[in-house]
Amino acid sequence: MSAFEARSLFRSLLRQSNQFAAYNFREYAKRRTRDAFREHIGESDGRKVQELMQKGLKELQGMKRQTVVSQFFQLDRLVVEGGKTGKQTGNRGGIVRQTEHGWD
Amino acid sequence: MSSTAPTVARQALRQCSRRLSTASHPFAKQVPRACIAAKSRRTYVSESAPKNATIEQTIKQDQKAFLSETGTKPKDAEMPTTGMNADAMMSPAAGILKQATVMDEGTRPIYMDMQATTPTDPRVLDAMLPFLTGLYGNPHSRTHAYGWETDNAVEQARANVAKLIGADPKEIIFTSGATESNNMSIKGVARFFKRSGKKNHIITCQTEHKCVLDSCRHLQDEGFEVTYLPVQKNGLINMEDLEKAIRPETCLVSIMAVNNEIGVLQPLEEIGKMCRSKKVFFHTDGAQAVGKVPLDVNKMNVDLMSISGHKIYGPMGIGACFVRRRPRVRIDPIISGGGQERGLRSGTIAPPLVIGFGEAARICQEEMDYDTKRISQLSKRLTEGLLAMEHTSLNGDPAMHYPGCVNVSFAYVEGESLLMALKDIALSSGSACTSASLEPSYVLRALGSSDESAHSSIRFGIGRFTTDAEIDYVLNAVRERVTFLRELSPLWELVQEGVDLNTIEWSQH
Repeated sequence: MSAFEARSLFRSLLRQSNQFAAYNFREYAKRRTRDAFREHIGESDGRKVQELMQKGLKELQGMKRQTVVSQFFQLDRLVVEGGKTGKQTGNRGGIVRQTEHGWD
Repeated sequence: MSSTAPTVARQALRQCSRRLSTASHPFAKQVPRACIAAKSRRTYVSESAPKNATIEQTIKQDQKAFLSETGTKPKDAEMPTTGMNADAMMSPAAGILKQATVMDEGTRPIYMDMQATTPTDPRVLDAMLPFLTGLYGNPHSRTHAYGWETDNAVEQARANVAKLIGADPKEIIFTSGATESNNMSIKGVARFFKRSGKKNHIITCQTEHKCVLDSCRHLQDEGFEVTYLPVQKNGLINMEDLEKAIRPETCLVSIMAVNNEIGVLQPLEEIGKMCRSKKVFFHTDGAQAVGKVPLDVNKMNVDLMSISGHKIYGPMGIGACFVRRRPRVRIDPIISGGGQERGLRSGTIAPPLVIGFGEAARICQEEMDYDTKRISQLSKRLTEGLLAMEHTSLNGDPAMHYPGCVNVSFAYVEGESLLMALKDIALSSGSACTSASLEPSYVLRALGSSDESAHSSIRFGIGRFTTDAEIDYVLNAVRERVTFLRELSPLWELVQEGVDLNTIEWSQH
């Protein structure tokens, strides 16, 4: 099992993680992938590496299915997710946030 | 070919709106009659000039009229009470755009109520989906392949759940949830002993979940005696109290593992040892503890344990009850029927839910170290941030504590109004079952908190899918809103002046 294959799996896992429509799942998948690879960064036992690669491939397959499901049932974004902020002045075609949370 | 049709239509529309009356145009024959009439005499509806009859023109004319009448440009004039400028008020299209929420920003509250329920893990759903679509056999069918394949998967799930708590797969009974498991355990054991007619005493604790307390109340009506143990100020029970409460006729002690509101972890091992030495059955409600803290039913001498599926990132509507086989715990089943699940809980089990539950248990066991590390880290950050604010206090014991449940009191703020102010965060002041009423939490009252303190408490739940950004957002929002609400409060003013609120004699009306 070469380092190239491991890197390739790492990249596909991260790319697939990004496809989750739900913020929490997306962040978890990315974080878990990074942490799992970092945890076993110095793994030298061939059989163990093989096992971990198999596990990674299994996760990748599951993630491929689940990202599709996640994309089918999208909800609007969470308040913490990135985006433009601020109030539109009406002079230019800016972005306005109309729902002020918490004050009414 | 297909693209030409819309172009033609658009052209026709444009020409129609301009009311071109060139003879060569096919629409020229359909010139409205009002047009002709307007030339001859004046009517109620006089036609505007064709070139002014577009929306843009009308808006421009309105703006011009506004400027000449008021002397200011409409976009500079703010309309009273609306907060919008006159420009937006005059043009409906602009008005609608102003009202629209831009999805870019996101409006969905972030979820911080992991004690009520947890999101279903995508891996759990992945395990469930085949059994919701193609593999639909009844696991109790022993005569065909559909039944066998489902049965195999169900048994695998049972083994996963058993492994999570260190039990034997045969000791796991699937139920509809922790409430059913609690009812089954408490009523089942009590009624079985009632038949032999000797033991009729049950011990439980004041901070238990409502379903345990209610089952006990129900048994009191049936003639049982129930002792509700008080808790100390930190939420833990006193072992001496428990020892004193155990009588020769006691049949069952029911103490929950992790409290759902304050997150304290009861000393299960000591309680288990004491119960075993006194030959009393020990039931624990592990809904909030299983899969989050390491549990071992043999090490802790637990005889019955309730587990819930949707608290461990599994599906709702499924749970399990651990019923020990050696020494055998005999219970009187609530649901009788076809004799499934060792006859303790008849009825066809739901394979997709059971399999999802089993997968959730497997993931919880596999990821327990990772999750615990992460949740502790987030919890530390949240707790430190919240307690750094003045007049806040943590409810429950800080050491014997499950870190994913942080219950904090904000003095001089009304909890429900703070929850309303924190609409962008899904939070709760207590258990979901009692969130409909405005009563202060009975758990916090049992700890000896005052009414005000119990009213001003909020529970923050951290789980596997909580992110750092969410914790930061919550800290910011809470700080901001609590300060705002305190500024409104006259009590806060008095406190700032150094008046002790307890010394004030409020006049009676």
